[in-house]
Amino acid sequence: MSSKATQQPLGLRIVIYAFIGIWLVMAAFPFLWTLWGSFKVELDFFSITNWKDALFGPRTQATYGSSLTGAGYEGAWIQEEFWRAVLNTFIVCFFVVCTSLTIGTLGGYALSRSGFKYTFWLLIIALIFRAMPPITLVSGYLLPFFEWNLWGILPTSIIVLVAINQPFTLWMLHSFFQKIPKELDESAKVDGCTQFQAFRHVIIPVMWPGVITTGLFSFLLAYNDFAVTAMLLSKENQTMVPKIASFLGTTQTEGNVMFAVAAVVSATVPLFILVMFFQRQIVSGLTAGAVKG
Amino acid sequence: MKHKTFFWFFLPTALAMLLFIAFPIISVVIQSLFTPHEAVLLTVENCGPFGCKTETSIDQEATAALKLAEPLGRFAGLSIYLDRGHLAVDEVAALWSGRESLGGFFDGLKNLPFYRAMYFTLTYTFVVTPLLIVLGFAIAVGVNSLHRHLKGLVIFFSLLPMIVTPLIGSLILFWMIDSRGVLGSAIQFLADDPDLSLKASTALTWITLMVYGVWHSAPFAFVVFYAGLQTLPQDTLESAMIDGASRWQQIRYVVIPHLMPLVTFVALIQLMDNFRVFEPIVGFNAEAHATSLSWIIFNDLGGETRLLSSAAATSVLTIIGVAILLSPVLVRTWRDFNAKT
Repeated sequence: MSSKATQQPLGLRIVIYAFIGIWLVMAAFPFLWTLWGSFKVELDFFSITNWKDALFGPRTQATYGSSLTGAGYEGAWIQEEFWRAVLNTFIVCFFVVCTSLTIGTLGGYALSRSGFKYTFWLLIIALIFRAMPPITLVSGYLLPFFEWNLWGILPTSIIVLVAINQPFTLWMLHSFFQKIPKELDESAKVDGCTQFQAFRHVIIPVMWPGVITTGLFSFLLAYNDFAVTAMLLSKENQTMVPKIASFLGTTQTEGNVMFAVAAVVSATVPLFILVMFFQRQIVSGLTAGAVKG
Repeated sequence: MKHKTFFWFFLPTALAMLLFIAFPIISVVIQSLFTPHEAVLLTVENCGPFGCKTETSIDQEATAALKLAEPLGRFAGLSIYLDRGHLAVDEVAALWSGRESLGGFFDGLKNLPFYRAMYFTLTYTFVVTPLLIVLGFAIAVGVNSLHRHLKGLVIFFSLLPMIVTPLIGSLILFWMIDSRGVLGSAIQFLADDPDLSLKASTALTWITLMVYGVWHSAPFAFVVFYAGLQTLPQDTLESAMIDGASRWQQIRYVVIPHLMPLVTFVALIQLMDNFRVFEPIVGFNAEAHATSLSWIIFNDLGGETRLLSSAAATSVLTIIGVAILLSPVLVRTWRDFNAKT
């Protein structure tokens, strides 16, 4: 839609391009800089003499004979066993997404199809639960989990993350299911299906766009969590984010900050890929709750 | 849907939320009323050739047995809430009665851990939220006027600061603003002060944390506003144009009123999320200059001595804070629901 009337004058267009350009640099530059810097030695990435060292890496050249080195990655992944944390993270994320989607779709579907007043109150309670900072709940878990010997293992964290995820999942799936016409499953019930059969044969085939979007956000929540996993997992079972946090304590003294930098870059890569492939779903998910209300 | 069918569909998710959200809240409230057992002391009288001496030692077995029998500790009532680490009633009263000026009273208040954290948390929440809304709106209006091939690319890069793990995002910025990092050197160069360090002063640390907060959350506001701009009524915009409204007037009188409900939505969500600010303090290693309520809880829970009761009391106070912030949302939802039926 670019008619003559909506065309911007040149000056305004330059201002807009400059502003968006500055924002893009702010948003992307830190990631690119850290990615590039993770292949250098510490004295180049944190250079006292000249900031350009991080670009060209004279000390990396002197130490390893080339201006790029994978030493940070080798140290983090092999020496500090970061691969274990990566594995744990993907186990946790996989089970969190599967479980929370399974019970979330059932619950969200029920909420969208029941016209009684208690559905409203259930959604309100979910909203209140959504607002609870996870760390306040964690202080309630610790004592019972110690008592029952549940502390430190992956299944406990998975269940806790699923529960913390539920309020958000319910709200999102509820609004997606409301967009699916009620006539669809009602006609199936007229044809003799039970409610569950109607759900199984009529709703499940058409619900995937909403479920995939919700699944993405469940994944992000599990992947990005720090409070729960840092507190509920023992040292051997740590996932990536608490592992990186514990790197900071040990490596700063040993002068191995580059291990942490390499680990940070490794943990960012999956998110990059996720945004690249699912940008449309993420945008639609963020706006799903907002635009309609 | 019948009640019974609803029940079976809803049961799994209800159980999960009941067991792992509702019960922990109750458990936190109970825990905050108890305090750890004191060690059981054993007094033994040793009589030697030079007279008798009484010795006091900790009876490890009895202490362990007591801990096993009553893991919660002994009942303490509200005393944990009132102690120095939390509401610090005695200290506040002393400050109030000994005050010379109101400013002096608040300065004294800032030395108490709970009020210090509260001060930062509230400042952070109420500075970052308006700024990120303004920035997000500006980006949305800017991106909306770009060529459509560029839009996808810009949205991709704009999403990154929001999608990235908060701890990782703050670490990335932390390394860059290090006095040996690229931004740190740039700031030293601009300020013409080779010893300037963003980590050394409280004011600069606060500014850094808030810049991070805006950087992290502005994309959310941007995406929501951008989606809102797609539903902008073109007729209204055109008639405003025909009536001779300037570009600024179009934004002021057509675009902003259209987006107003979204602004409220973003503001409410972000108020709740910024109130729990926590990861950046860990990432920026800023606890010497800024602490938040969530950070206090984390700090109490971590380490060798897990101060469960103290953490529980702070948790309850945080939950009360969240409830106060949340009440406008609840009122709004309630009104929407009544309007619909």
